Amino acid sequence: MIPELGHFAIALACVIAAAQAVLPIWGAHRHDARLIAAAPALALGQFMAVGFSFLALVWSGVVSDFSVMNVAEYSSALTPLIYKITGTWGNHEGSILLWCLILSLCGAAIAVFGRGLPSALRARVIGVLGAVACGFLLFTLTASNPFNRVWPPPPDGQGVNPLLQDPGLAFHPPILYCGYVGFSIAFAFAVASLLEGRVDAAWGRWVRPWTLAAWCFLTCGIALGSWWSYYELGWGGYWFWDPVENASLLPWLTGTALLHSAIVVEKREALKIWSVLLAITTFSLSLSGTFLVRSGLLNSVHAFANDPTRGIFILALLGIVIGGSLLLFAIRAPVLVPAGIFAPISREGALVLNNILLCSIMAVVLVGTMYPPFVQLIVGQQISVGPPFFDSTAIPLAAPVMAAMGLGPVLSWKRAALAPALIRLWWAALAAFVLTAVTFHGLGGVAAVGFGFALWMVLSPAAELVERSRLFRVPLRASWSRLRLLPRASYGAAIGHAGLGVSVAGMVGMTLAVHTIQLVHPGETVTTGGFDWTLVSLRDQPGPDYVARVATLRVTDARSGAPVAVMHPARRAFPLQQQTTTDVSIKTNGLRDLYVAMGDERDGGVVLRIHVNPLAPWIWFGALIMALGGALSLSDRRLRIGAPIRLARRAAGVSVPAAAE
Amino acid sequence: MSGMEQPGIIRRRLLLGVPLVLLAAAGGGWAMMLERMQQGEFDPHSLPSQLIGRRVPDFTLPGLTGAGFTGADLQNPKQPMLVNFFASWCVPCLQEAGVLGEIAKGGLPIWGIAYKDAPDATRAFLAQNGNPYARIAMDRPGRVAINWGVYGVPETYFIDGGGIVRWRYAGALTDAVVQRDLAPLLARAEKSAS
Repeated sequence: MIPELGHFAIALACVIAAAQAVLPIWGAHRHDARLIAAAPALALGQFMAVGFSFLALVWSGVVSDFSVMNVAEYSSALTPLIYKITGTWGNHEGSILLWCLILSLCGAAIAVFGRGLPSALRARVIGVLGAVACGFLLFTLTASNPFNRVWPPPPDGQGVNPLLQDPGLAFHPPILYCGYVGFSIAFAFAVASLLEGRVDAAWGRWVRPWTLAAWCFLTCGIALGSWWSYYELGWGGYWFWDPVENASLLPWLTGTALLHSAIVVEKREALKIWSVLLAITTFSLSLSGTFLVRSGLLNSVHAFANDPTRGIFILALLGIVIGGSLLLFAIRAPVLVPAGIFAPISREGALVLNNILLCSIMAVVLVGTMYPPFVQLIVGQQISVGPPFFDSTAIPLAAPVMAAMGLGPVLSWKRAALAPALIRLWWAALAAFVLTAVTFHGLGGVAAVGFGFALWMVLSPAAELVERSRLFRVPLRASWSRLRLLPRASYGAAIGHAGLGVSVAGMVGMTLAVHTIQLVHPGETVTTGGFDWTLVSLRDQPGPDYVARVATLRVTDARSGAPVAVMHPARRAFPLQQQTTTDVSIKTNGLRDLYVAMGDERDGGVVLRIHVNPLAPWIWFGALIMALGGALSLSDRRLRIGAPIRLARRAAGVSVPAAAE
Repeated sequence: MSGMEQPGIIRRRLLLGVPLVLLAAAGGGWAMMLERMQQGEFDPHSLPSQLIGRRVPDFTLPGLTGAGFTGADLQNPKQPMLVNFFASWCVPCLQEAGVLGEIAKGGLPIWGIAYKDAPDATRAFLAQNGNPYARIAMDRPGRVAINWGVYGVPETYFIDGGGIVRWRYAGALTDAVVQRDLAPLLARAEKSAS
């Protein structure tokens, strides 16, 4: 009964979404106040309907209703409760429903928090979201219904994919999708502004917080996915340039560019057409990322069930959404007039540089990801594009981004001089150079330069804050009050930039990782990375729905012999799914990870993959800092309400960037 | 809006139409891939084998009971044949056992190479699931499989009457695969023989 209600709720949501797509946009076009006023209610109604159907699916999973095919295939009686819940989105149908849920949540968020928007614009934004939702709900209903039944119901389900039976991955999709789908709001604003034929400073101000929120989620989502592949796959790496990983990186790159170009729209009314295009591109890449990885076209370690018929439906849907918006862009964008004029060396100039570089990286990653299938299509030859390509093309483009990142925020708007800006940051630059020089001999050129960049990215925002507070030049108290009056968005930007620096430090550290793969018998010792690794024992340990084979290792310092850690890497055999997963053991002290993955057993011994990964946790810690910076920036009153706090306005003498009003 | 028309607008229109054109090209490509994928002509997941169009590398392997076979036997076969890498510990090998049995009954000889398998386990596996193999060799260290470029078990190679590898399939054979890939190869091999 509950599944039927859930199924019905999807159909209801689809109809509401259709109304949501048509009525408000028509109303805004005809200046019909009643139709415009219907928009928020329709958005909320759609959210409730999709929310109900999602809860119905979760319910079916929790009570183990194996007559629902989705539950029978991806859950079992033995599955722990938490994975019965998270298993609902750990498969194709459920994850599409989650996707629709978040899309309807975006519409509801505009309905609730968008009260400050002009009602016609809000109606158009909600209408565009409704149109996208209608398409994907239709897809859910016709090609990927999560409530399909099996009769007779099997006595037990096939169980959740063991790889997904992991807390990191269980919550990865919702966070990632909040990022992907969150960009739909920026997209809707872009399309709405094209419909209106107007983009102004206010547009930039409205788009920024939504973009920022989506960006924070996407940052966390990518970091979580990378962390998962680090500790769950047991290959010792954190990023494999796999098509599915790249698919999440692409919208992140253009989303980051949009975040910065929207600032220029808000403050200077320039880059308007470009920002609209970025908003469309970002969501288009999100859409393609979510759906093309399921079409079976891309070769990936992250397998999804492939079904070419579904692929054609998806492609048609993507064609309508992306093609329609780009067609509208081609027709309407030429009439958008750029207003602000600026010199190449200026805050705007730095943000344009950021955009060019980020989009170049995006283009390189996109080409690398799409090249193999297209070459196979055209030439018929199978090739693969691997990490060497991405490393050698993306890193040279990333280096100038990192260099310019510290400089941009201290440049003034319209026209700036480079020298005074550099002088303000002298100590950060000096520290970065010293670090590079000191580590050059010991660590090699690449790592030394990388660490120099990382330190620069962490210190330059600090130097900027110090400069703004005029620390040591005015009394300490005055500095403090200057710091307190700085808008939170400034702190957010500084923290975000520093967070990227921390991540980069972690990635550079990982290039210095040492590892070995050896067959080890109990009692034997391996020496690697300055540690002695002794295999103490191998034993079996039962789990809820698996049997684990656990190795115990004693790690001691190779020189002093002091005990460092006891580690328990394991392999879990899931009898129901006939699958084995590796349970990597990681011991970290914040500066380096000890990392042991267990392989096959042979001749009484076991194959161990042992890594010492310097600074590895910083990669994800840095991403978290970036997201926190974004969140702090979001809490800024100016972004939320579009008005500066009174105090900041009165204290205009402080070098706070003046708000746009 | 009409008041905003300005000189150079046509050039801007063309420029701003570029994203649409790029999308159309990409979308067209994807559509073609999907269509060919449905027809089985396009498989992004296929694993190309270096052996296609060549003779198998040299090797000498012991048999399960008695004599095994060597690379020379496969380089100069008397008739078209299949070589199947399998193992008793491999679940897909169990799945394809029936299909292999049918092929063997149809008259195409299958030579098996047991990969990293203990002879007793192999014997038990064959006793339980039927033995479709004309001859069986044991590759316990798995070195021959590496030389062949074997991706994993089961993996099947078709060698034509001239000793050239014409086809390789990684994964469990199914009736559909046999119909789609193997049947045309056999027909061609027979035609060239006669």
